[in-house]
Amino acid sequence: MSSDPRQPSDAARDFLAEAEEIVEELGSQLADLADMAEQGSWDPDLLNAIFRAAHSLKGLAGMFGFALIAEVAHHAENLLDWLRMGKVSLSKQVLELLFSSAELLTTLLRACSDGTLDQHQAAAAAHAAAIAACLEPVEPAAETPILEQLGLSETLMGALTEYEEHRLKENCAKGRRIYVVHASFELTSFDQELSALTDLLKRSGEVISTLPSVGENIDTHIDFDLLVGSDRTEQELRATLEPLQVSILAAGGGQAAKAEHGHQAVPQTPPAAGAAAGTTPSVLPSAASTAPEAVSAVEEPLTAKSMSRTVRVDIGKLDELMNIVGELVLAHSSIANIANRMRTEGFSRMAIELGKSAKGLERRLSDLQKGVMDIRMIPVGQLYEKMSRIVRKISREQGKKIELKLFGAETELDKLIVEDIADPLMHIIRNAIDHGIESTEQRLAAGKDERGTVRLSSFQKGNHVVIEVEDDGAGINVEKIKQKALAKGLVSDVSGMSDREALELIFLPGFSTAETITDISGRGVGMDVVRNNIAAVSGMVDIETWPGKGSRFTIILPITLAIIKALIVFCSGRTYAVPITSVVESLILIPDDIKTVEGKEVISLREQTLPLLRLERLFRIERIGCNPGEQYVVVVGAAEKRLGIVVDDLLGQQDIVIKTLGAAFKSLRGISGAADLGDQRTILVLDAGGIIAEAMRGTGS
Amino acid sequence: MKSFNVLIVDDSAAMRSLLVSTLESLGSLRIVEAPNGFEALRMLPREQIDLVLTDINMPDINGLELLSFIRKNPLYKDTPVIVISTEGSSKDIEKGMALGANEYLVKPFKPTQLIEIVKRFL
Repeated sequence: MSSDPRQPSDAARDFLAEAEEIVEELGSQLADLADMAEQGSWDPDLLNAIFRAAHSLKGLAGMFGFALIAEVAHHAENLLDWLRMGKVSLSKQVLELLFSSAELLTTLLRACSDGTLDQHQAAAAAHAAAIAACLEPVEPAAETPILEQLGLSETLMGALTEYEEHRLKENCAKGRRIYVVHASFELTSFDQELSALTDLLKRSGEVISTLPSVGENIDTHIDFDLLVGSDRTEQELRATLEPLQVSILAAGGGQAAKAEHGHQAVPQTPPAAGAAAGTTPSVLPSAASTAPEAVSAVEEPLTAKSMSRTVRVDIGKLDELMNIVGELVLAHSSIANIANRMRTEGFSRMAIELGKSAKGLERRLSDLQKGVMDIRMIPVGQLYEKMSRIVRKISREQGKKIELKLFGAETELDKLIVEDIADPLMHIIRNAIDHGIESTEQRLAAGKDERGTVRLSSFQKGNHVVIEVEDDGAGINVEKIKQKALAKGLVSDVSGMSDREALELIFLPGFSTAETITDISGRGVGMDVVRNNIAAVSGMVDIETWPGKGSRFTIILPITLAIIKALIVFCSGRTYAVPITSVVESLILIPDDIKTVEGKEVISLREQTLPLLRLERLFRIERIGCNPGEQYVVVVGAAEKRLGIVVDDLLGQQDIVIKTLGAAFKSLRGISGAADLGDQRTILVLDAGGIIAEAMRGTGS
Repeated sequence: MKSFNVLIVDDSAAMRSLLVSTLESLGSLRIVEAPNGFEALRMLPREQIDLVLTDINMPDINGLELLSFIRKNPLYKDTPVIVISTEGSSKDIEKGMALGANEYLVKPFKPTQLIEIVKRFL
């Protein structure tokens, strides 16, 4: 164990970052494997990649002192090793075990950051036992083909790992021919050429091993021997590789009966394989060192730089950077202010110059701000991967056939928002499958396709990103919702409640505690938490439903939280910021227009009723500094859910950096954080979504 | 004085930085990192490598293949190579030693073990 798990050291942070990446990758590879297994065959390379993930994780966790994680990874690795070596077959049960391994590892990594790793000993032990129960060979290993008969060189055989040897045997057992393809590449460009050759070979069979070797020109060239198993005859393979000037040595094999044909995936050979080779001569210059194409390599100068051009940065560092940018923006606005004041106070020449410099600074600042922002942006497609895994998992567990359709994966969103939205989104999707999509029988009876569809789409709309989750299930039964809310005592009267208002009940605390607590939706997380989590990133969520046809959850998020434009308002002697993204419009309030409906103040805005909210009432503060003059209404909200916030004055727009208030104020509704105005004043930032929710629950409560 | 160049080959960035920070305590070493076998093959001719530390289990070109290449190539054949593997892959370590690895380390190992072994080649 690390000395103080609560404060992970730099090294431990390195480990966690990488381990999380590995486990995430592991999860999506497992999902691919499950898909392939469903179709009856899978790619050994994929299985080996999954094995490697578990193996690397074991080694890493061991080195960094996380023995429990190393142990769990070790058991998963064992199971995967048996699988890839063909000692156990890929049954549904084994797949489940692998999925649960990945899940347990995710849990453990999270526990690492919390310092609660020790609490998971029992789960790890149960996991180990489950795997041990699985590790019984299905049948004694079949007689292994005699590899010596292949006449492969000792050098080649000597460098094969145990697994590669196994793959060689497997290929022989399947009656494939074994070839050694020899190629010589220039040192400057061998990596691209080698991967092009490997890709080509993979279309004809399996590349079992890639052995770098020594050719004639050791100063300028590097040679490779690729050990390949293929169904193709030597002539066919030669024809495929013709343009490449590689030499092919047929090692043998191919005589054995193809007993288990179709058991394992043979990469399909696209008809264009040969043609593709013909069209890529520049990527694959001939092996001869004097080939004219090799000149193209000159463009790429000798370099010891790493091939990877990406840097992994802790999001905390980006936040810090963003904060500094935010403060610079504030510093800039106070300079601009000074310039303005100077102009009005008669220092015109200097004021103009200062104003000019401030303008220049503003442009650079906005470039800088955009640059830092761009680093933070990631495509929501990363979320999609997680979601498709979850959908596969739930549909497997529930025996419902679900098709997940994904749209707009390229839509970009702040990394932090993507992280924070993952859980609420997952919960909404779980709900859609759990409660929305009917069972296969019900669907067939309703004349629907037995396969339910969940559509997940994202798109940018102004300064917002909209994420929609749409299912083609039964829709939400509004009457049931009302009855349930009544039964739970959440409301006292539902008569005269519109469907839209009734749907809002779902978001009340205490509403969605499912009767049957399943592993899926019944994690004690209700829709109130979902809404709060979305509000925490200044987002809003809305539901629409069509009986018998399905429901749609719409999540509206700001593109970034780092710096936002806000409307600064003044009310009852206090200043607040309202994120401009939630402001629809603002208008002057004419006192005579105010009507009272059911004890609530409303005005009529373009023939629609707009409920009003007075901040001093919401926050229960005394009304001071009563403005004898005009008051304003700031209209916030989206679509049908709009609300007019009454304020004494509008002070203008400003860029603000929202800082959280800390855990102590977490339960505070209607406030999303605080911001510094640049003149040493700190103000509260209103959370429009939260205020609307609060207002809907009834004023004065 | 000519510097002593160590090449570290491992596809895990966290592992590489752990190895680097451990070796840094030995002082006066110049450490070159490669995230995979390809990169290692590119670096060999460019850097005068005096010692190679390589993980065995890597995609595309694994540590054994890299080792085999080093031993066959007259330019590098005398460069000492330490192979690193994870417990449970004893066969691969055996192969590594047969291919001419000078030493091996099995994860998890202690920093002092690494230092002890590397010191022998300085």
